[in-house]
Amino acid sequence: MTTAALSSASLSKAALFEAQAVKTSARRNRLLSLPALLIIGIFGVLPLIIICVYSFLVAAPYGGVQWQFSTDAYLNFLFQRDIFDDTLQFTPDFLIIYLRSFLFAVVTTVICLLLGFPTAYFMATRPPAQRNWWVLLITIPFWSNLLVRTLAIMFIIRDEGLINNALLALGVIDKPITMLYTNFAIQLGLLYAFLPFMVLPLYSSLEKLDFRLVEAAYDLYATRRQVLWRVIIPLSKPGIVAGCLLVFIPALGAYVTPLILGGGVHLMIGDLIAQQFGSGRNWPLGCAQALILMAAVLVALFFYVRNTSGKVQHG
Amino acid sequence: MGIAFENQVAAPQLPSRPAYGDNQTGTHLPERAGSLNGVIVPEQPGKNAIEVRGVRKVFGTGENQVAALDTVSVSIRENEFFTLLGPSGCGKTTLLRLIAGFDFPTAGEILLHGQDIAPLPPFKRPVNTVFQSYALFPHMTVAQNIGFGLEMLGKPKAEIEARVAQMLKLVKMEALKARRTSQISGGQQQRVALARALAPQPKVLLLDEPLSALDYKLRKEMQIELKRLQHETGITFIFVTHDQEEALTMSDRIAVMSAGKILQVGTPRDIYDRPAERFVADFIGETNFLPGTVVSKHAGVATVKFASNATIAAGYPEGFDPTGEVTLVVRPEHADLVPDPVKGTIAGTLANIVYFGTDTHYHVKLDGGGENFIVRHQNSRSSPVTYATGAKVGIQFEEDAARVLKD
Ligand SMILES: Nc1ncnc2c1ncn2[C@@H]1O[C@H](COP(=O)(O)OP(=O)(O)OP(=O)(O)O)[C@@H](O)[C@H]1O
Ligand SMILES: [Mg+2]
Repeated sequence: MTTAALSSASLSKAALFEAQAVKTSARRNRLLSLPALLIIGIFGVLPLIIICVYSFLVAAPYGGVQWQFSTDAYLNFLFQRDIFDDTLQFTPDFLIIYLRSFLFAVVTTVICLLLGFPTAYFMATRPPAQRNWWVLLITIPFWSNLLVRTLAIMFIIRDEGLINNALLALGVIDKPITMLYTNFAIQLGLLYAFLPFMVLPLYSSLEKLDFRLVEAAYDLYATRRQVLWRVIIPLSKPGIVAGCLLVFIPALGAYVTPLILGGGVHLMIGDLIAQQFGSGRNWPLGCAQALILMAAVLVALFFYVRNTSGKVQHG
Repeated sequence: MGIAFENQVAAPQLPSRPAYGDNQTGTHLPERAGSLNGVIVPEQPGKNAIEVRGVRKVFGTGENQVAALDTVSVSIRENEFFTLLGPSGCGKTTLLRLIAGFDFPTAGEILLHGQDIAPLPPFKRPVNTVFQSYALFPHMTVAQNIGFGLEMLGKPKAEIEARVAQMLKLVKMEALKARRTSQISGGQQQRVALARALAPQPKVLLLDEPLSALDYKLRKEMQIELKRLQHETGITFIFVTHDQEEALTMSDRIAVMSAGKILQVGTPRDIYDRPAERFVADFIGETNFLPGTVVSKHAGVATVKFASNATIAAGYPEGFDPTGEVTLVVRPEHADLVPDPVKGTIAGTLANIVYFGTDTHYHVKLDGGGENFIVRHQNSRSSPVTYATGAKVGIQFEEDAARVLKD
């Protein structure tokens, strides 16, 4: 007799009960998830559909759209139509801004990880009573608005700012170093804005780390470096993945930081898209740019998650 | 990254100490092993795998201070199967952690093969641990766990694989070698922990209750395997167990601990037959305690009088001077029942008979009152007399059965 036959014969009543229970709990689950589905539908999917539709329309001269199908928005992303002979010219301007933004986001993620990991490790190895204070300290920046904090950075790094004044006073330099409105300024601003988003998930992962495993690794002749690479980092991978996502994605779409610290000269994707809805008056192009960004993030995410998941066991 | 990492668990501030190897001038503390219970164990300098000298370990500060180890001194010889036995919380794990290097003694020193190991971090000590909590790496397979130590030592791949296969066979985990350690049972995890610690063939293996999660049969098998392995490899085993039978059958020597102190060190025989203190007698094996009065003493043997006026000769540990009211200790198997109450040294009524398969326990309610006295009888096909509950019986003692002990 096969196991299936055996169970259906002798356990039919139990199986029936189980099936019933599964059905009931499934119905209950569906009911409970209704509010969540509604919120996702109204605030997530609907705007996305609108953006998608708009990206295939024609721009109205003073903003808004004309209801007429066109793929121009997507063509305009890479090409420009010559006004005289109507041919398409390859114009990589937007592409360059995208690549630059990716570079900024990648550098931000990497540096945040390098700075955030030791910070989170330090926090997680404090006595339990102290740890909450450290978490509180890390979250202090969230108490005020990002715009205000970014303006503060501006005051620190501008030509007559804190740093230059201090260096001038100390005689280290004899004329101010230009930092504001440079790539450096944007990078600094991004790091400042997103570091907490790296530290917090890393901390929550490291805090759960069983330090007896670290002892076990030491016991088995692993040096400090080996313990780090073979035990601590693999076991804190969920935090690393979460932290990288939480930094990379918003950094890619950063708007305020490059606008203020880049002075509108060094654009990032966020500013570019915003421009289309403002001075550019090209809503379809803005929508298309937003969708292209989303597609790029999704592709990057897909590879990232595929390469990092499955190797970590939780619990 | 380095800065935070330096604040690592196992890297507390080292107390300033003489340089490694500069320890020969250290003063020798008297070893407790030899001085107690009359059995003189010859000191073999240089032949000690581990020497623990006057080690204290205090946890916490101020009011919450706990002395987990209170001035412990013990020498563990090379290739010895040494067992730490004691109730929960007596400091067994703490002592192992000090030897492994995860914690540092508050006072005292620990020598490994004659060298002070205080300056050595855990990964430089040729000591491996089977952790009470197993501490298997959840992100690695069974085989990867077992091979970890060898890999860290930089052994060639082929050697690692061969050794891992050998270890898997030893602990009977071949079938599950590709499983993650979070997907195997507690007993299986314990076996992997054992294999992982054995694989690098350390000089000293610390085993913190390594068989506690195994069923009886597997446990017996692993006990035999461990003994064989220890014999073959020459590894010094420091073994922690709650199970006194395990301690008695496996150990070359046993240290009985209580509340951060080592009460007695000796062979299983010493510990069982000649316990140094009442706690030791009580903790290991079943024991009867009888009140009596010392009437005379001569050459390590006291004559003790019971309330019934019967007297008995009883040995006592060296360095202990029994006088007046004392407690006698008698093992249940060192006493015998006689049907005629008058023929016994003491007498009573049979209150209970408990059959254990290999032997039978007779609980005798003594005429003088007090706790029931237990007599153990080995069962055989031709047990000469059968007793019934309620019968009046006498109890006789074998020679050397009774001992007077410190309370
Ligand atoms: N890190 C620590 N901080 C404070 N107290 C501790 C610490 N580690 C151990 N202790 C205390 O030291 C004493 C000895 O603990 P230890 O773990 O050595 O006991 P044990 O003999 O191994 O017990 P068990 O048989 O239950 O494992 C206990 O009272 C324990 O509470
Ligand atoms: Mg313990």
